[in-house]
Amino acid sequence: MPATTVTARADQGDSPVRPAGGAPAGARRRTGPLARIPVPLWLLLPAALVLIPLFGYPLYQLGLLSVLKFGQPQASGGVPTEFVGLSNYTDVLGDEQFWTVLGQTLAFAAFCVLTTLAVGATCAVLLTRVGKWPRLMLMFGALGAWAAPAMTGSTVWMFLLDTNSGLVNEVLGTQGHNWMYDKWSAFAMVAVVVVWHSFPFVMITLYAGIQAIPDSVLEAARLDGAGTVTIFRRIMLPMLRPLLVIVVIQSVIWDFKVFTQIYVMTGGGGIAGQNLVLNVYAYQKAFVAENYSLGAAIGVLMTLILLGVTAIYIRSLRRSGEEL
Amino acid sequence: MKKLARGAALAVLAGTVATACAPGTAKTATSADKQTGTVKVWLYDEANRAPKEQVVAQAVADFKAKHAGVEVEVSYIPTDAGPRAEKMKGAFNDPSSAPDVVEFGNTDLFGYTASGGLADITSDLAGWEEGKDLPQDLKDTAVVDGKTYGLPWWLGVRALYYRTDVFTELGLQAPTSYAELKSAAEKVRAAHGDLLGIAVGGKYTFGALPFVWADGGDLATASGSAYTSAIDSAQSQAGVKAYTDLFTDAICPAQQCADLTGGKTVESFAAGKAGMAILPNSSRSAVEAGAAAGKYAIVPLPGAEAGKIAPAFSGGNDLGVMKSTQHRSLAVDFMKELASKKNQLALFDAMGNLPTLSSARAEVVQKQPWLKPFTDTIEAGTKFVPKDAAWAKIDAQNVVPTMLQKVITGKSDVAGATKEAAAAMNTSFSGK
Repeated sequence: MPATTVTARADQGDSPVRPAGGAPAGARRRTGPLARIPVPLWLLLPAALVLIPLFGYPLYQLGLLSVLKFGQPQASGGVPTEFVGLSNYTDVLGDEQFWTVLGQTLAFAAFCVLTTLAVGATCAVLLTRVGKWPRLMLMFGALGAWAAPAMTGSTVWMFLLDTNSGLVNEVLGTQGHNWMYDKWSAFAMVAVVVVWHSFPFVMITLYAGIQAIPDSVLEAARLDGAGTVTIFRRIMLPMLRPLLVIVVIQSVIWDFKVFTQIYVMTGGGGIAGQNLVLNVYAYQKAFVAENYSLGAAIGVLMTLILLGVTAIYIRSLRRSGEEL
Repeated sequence: MKKLARGAALAVLAGTVATACAPGTAKTATSADKQTGTVKVWLYDEANRAPKEQVVAQAVADFKAKHAGVEVEVSYIPTDAGPRAEKMKGAFNDPSSAPDVVEFGNTDLFGYTASGGLADITSDLAGWEEGKDLPQDLKDTAVVDGKTYGLPWWLGVRALYYRTDVFTELGLQAPTSYAELKSAAEKVRAAHGDLLGIAVGGKYTFGALPFVWADGGDLATASGSAYTSAIDSAQSQAGVKAYTDLFTDAICPAQQCADLTGGKTVESFAAGKAGMAILPNSSRSAVEAGAAAGKYAIVPLPGAEAGKIAPAFSGGNDLGVMKSTQHRSLAVDFMKELASKKNQLALFDAMGNLPTLSSARAEVVQKQPWLKPFTDTIEAGTKFVPKDAAWAKIDAQNVVPTMLQKVITGKSDVAGATKEAAAAMNTSFSGK
């Protein structure tokens, strides 16, 4: 177990800074009012210094915007802003389109997360099984996809999928077929690009995890008569679990918030807005319809949904006795 | 009860605090009048930019000869409604990265003015010698509450371009009614499977509107200064049906045409991939530069009945000065330079953009017989979009394209789609 834990920690790029080697509590006692603040709070200070200006303040502004009436005339036309309470939220929640878009977003994100995990895990296993050169090729290919900016990747894929002169139609002999015409076909094409962009992260993380499982453990299992499936289910999966948690949470957050691929590939939401997801919908409301406060309300709702999903997930893990 | 009262008090307090420190409001744009530095200019990136760039480069050179120590930096911004609206809003919200002089569609003026983005140039234009030649009705299109915010730079009306080689080969005449237009389009595509019968687009608002107007419909009706959408009236519905009926496999397949913009139909016709297209005079240079050069003619877009001309949208672009400019008089001077008779004529020669100055227009109309279908269209009467700040919003939100696309893709029928569009427009008109 220890080996896995170390790898997992190393991969938690986003975890808050843990000040190392802090003085043991009580070693230096201070006097005065500051002394009453418990030591752990002091230790949180460096993290707070970074998090409050970078996350707290924008979040506060987002929340504030969402309870105001704030459009383009307020932003630049000198029209005074007005407090409107929760009316932006009731507007959003009362909009039929919001629920359609929310449903689409959840389905799309779920599909992308599952596909990304499946593709990423398969490739990770593949990496451990193939020789040096195929492994290098796969690594390079995947890193290339990972390194490609979302904008560039989407645009290049649109060239390939072009109705009249795209390579895909050329190869399939289906010139004149518009891949983005049908709602589900368009979502599928975007999903391909999203997965293409995000599976390398899953692949490399899991590959590192698999590599870190000590051979002795696997050998012992084999000696005890465990088959491949049993080894995977009973040994590898539990040892990879901390990594899987990170990978799943990351993927859920990424895919729920997908913007660039949809925006670029469907031209801002598809034919008659059929391919809108929440993030693009919020953008359309805020920046296209000039209703910044309504967009902010959608943003707050998205944050709450994501926090909810993550909280449920972490809680269920805690219940099953695993530590994050 | 007590709890409730405390809650209410808290809410009120929160409200006061919230309004007290409103977020992100741009400082009321303060302009300055520096006499040196760089004048930043944003112009539209038309389907054929090279000839426009040449005219502008000459204007910049002339301007710099008159103003020593002044640089001019010209950028080209996207012309599609969504992206250009984003660009302009960015400029309004962040004056430090805003240009000094902008080109904008004459329909955008009302929204931009409501956003406080444009400077009042009434007095600047009053003292402009060449501008005396600007017809009053054109000047009026740039006036809000008695103040002028734009200088009409050029005009564009749309007419029907068609391929003479294909029409001659098939023994077709230029269509004079909607029925003839439709049957000609079908015949063209039947004979040439690689051509669109007529290039129409689901995102081409100003290609669709003439059909709505031809049937007696309209976008909205005004009572006083308040607009109400009329896009779901029986006449408008007939027009929407007429336009969307062109998106069939026998004319312009929905798969290919549902998400075409006006610019894409220009490209399609210029590349020789369409039998007909509804294009403005300003697109002629793009057609001349393409595969269709020398193989096309232009007639007014036929109306619903034989012999009638469908009312065209009286389009055109204005020049304006940003309220936040730091070089106010230089910006005004450069705007006047671009709009001078000399440059309007040069722009016409390069692009086919109709001049706004009466004398310049008379000159080119006399010299260029190809303009006749466009001047005929203007004389037959043109129409405009609602003169309301809400229009920019309706346009940027793609209300009309969404309506067209819903019908084209069969997601909705004409009645349902127009009702939905009318509701969306009325939401914007009511300022919600």
